[in-house]
Amino acid sequence: MHPVRKQRLFLIGFVLVFSSLAIGLIVFSLRENLNLFYPPQQLVSGSVPLDRDIRAGGCVVPGSVSRDQTSLKVLFRITDGVAEVGVSYQGILPDLFAEGEAVVINGQLHSDGIFEAKEVLAKHDENYMPPEVAEAIAEESQQQGVEHQKTCGVISYDS
Amino acid sequence: MNWQWFHRLGSPRWFYEKTGRWLPWLATLTAVLMSVGLIWGLAFAPVDFKQGNSFRIIYIHVPVSFLALAGYYIMAISGAVGYIWKMKLADMVMKSAAPIGAALTFLALVSGAIWGKPTWGTYWVWDARITSMLVLFFLYLGIMALQVSFTNQQQAASASTILALVGCANIPIIYKSVDIWNTLHQPATIKFTSAPSMHPDMFYPLLVMIVAMYCFYALVLILFTRAEIVNRERQTRWVQALNEGQ
Repeated sequence: MHPVRKQRLFLIGFVLVFSSLAIGLIVFSLRENLNLFYPPQQLVSGSVPLDRDIRAGGCVVPGSVSRDQTSLKVLFRITDGVAEVGVSYQGILPDLFAEGEAVVINGQLHSDGIFEAKEVLAKHDENYMPPEVAEAIAEESQQQGVEHQKTCGVISYDS
Repeated sequence: MNWQWFHRLGSPRWFYEKTGRWLPWLATLTAVLMSVGLIWGLAFAPVDFKQGNSFRIIYIHVPVSFLALAGYYIMAISGAVGYIWKMKLADMVMKSAAPIGAALTFLALVSGAIWGKPTWGTYWVWDARITSMLVLFFLYLGIMALQVSFTNQQQAASASTILALVGCANIPIIYKSVDIWNTLHQPATIKFTSAPSMHPDMFYPLLVMIVAMYCFYALVLILFTRAEIVNRERQTRWVQALNEGQ
């Protein structure tokens, strides 16, 4: 290869390696701050700021959802398999919100340990299947109703 | 080593004449694959057990996102080749790839927002996947801006190549973002290491759409590059002969 071209090739390699390294280090140092939400474990351990807008994420504990009869108020608990946090919300929940499904919640954690939600988002997983297949799987695993989301299905809810 | 063949490959005229013969075939293939994939995916694939019909936007969203990322590498590699060997054709390919990539990234963001509203409950969330995809969109726009901000073609090509190479670090970040961080966006359905977490009846039309999108990308890239060739080589005898021939 011509020496001038070789030099340019080295320059390209240099730019590629060092820019990747720099961006990689920035991303590495920000890795905690780039998380969209806190899991319940961190909410319970007191490592999150109180009374400030944060996001929490976890699986809705089956059987924990209680809706108010006269208003849109709803109470439920979320878990990551380690800890549980109670959530109160007033508003319309997304269609995919269900017990045993993952959610991401926008709101504030108060000193009484209740997370007051301003917005509830449903987090769906990467599995897609026709309803008949989902039913067959649910029957096979002797579960009642629909199959829980994979990320939430592995959690034992008896904590 | 003899690099003569490599330089002959980079002749705009050779590219123009060769691709002129491929175009009808590639266009037909793209049209057939695209229609099969769209009709199969949007009309005949079964509904999803949770999301119902709204999951069908995957047949648009995933293929355009694939090409938004792959197109960036195509652009950066052709930029590097053009920079090292001062190959005019590679510079033209790079310049042509930028607006296509920007359009695909924009489509990926918009189709994702449309999908997000019925499933997540919001159009937009600042999670790692979506934000890094927005950064990709701005990278493409930056490269397009650099391309037109120099009067000298070679300077424009060098400057935008450097920016494209710096931006390369973003592509693995986008790809791995859903695994590294807590995001609202779900992890990848199609994995290199294991079977797709999708029923085959839903996966095959998606596969057809991805192949169709690759063909579509190649087709548009060739068309844009041909336009760029004719524009830059308009003073040469062969382009003028082309003009008179019509």
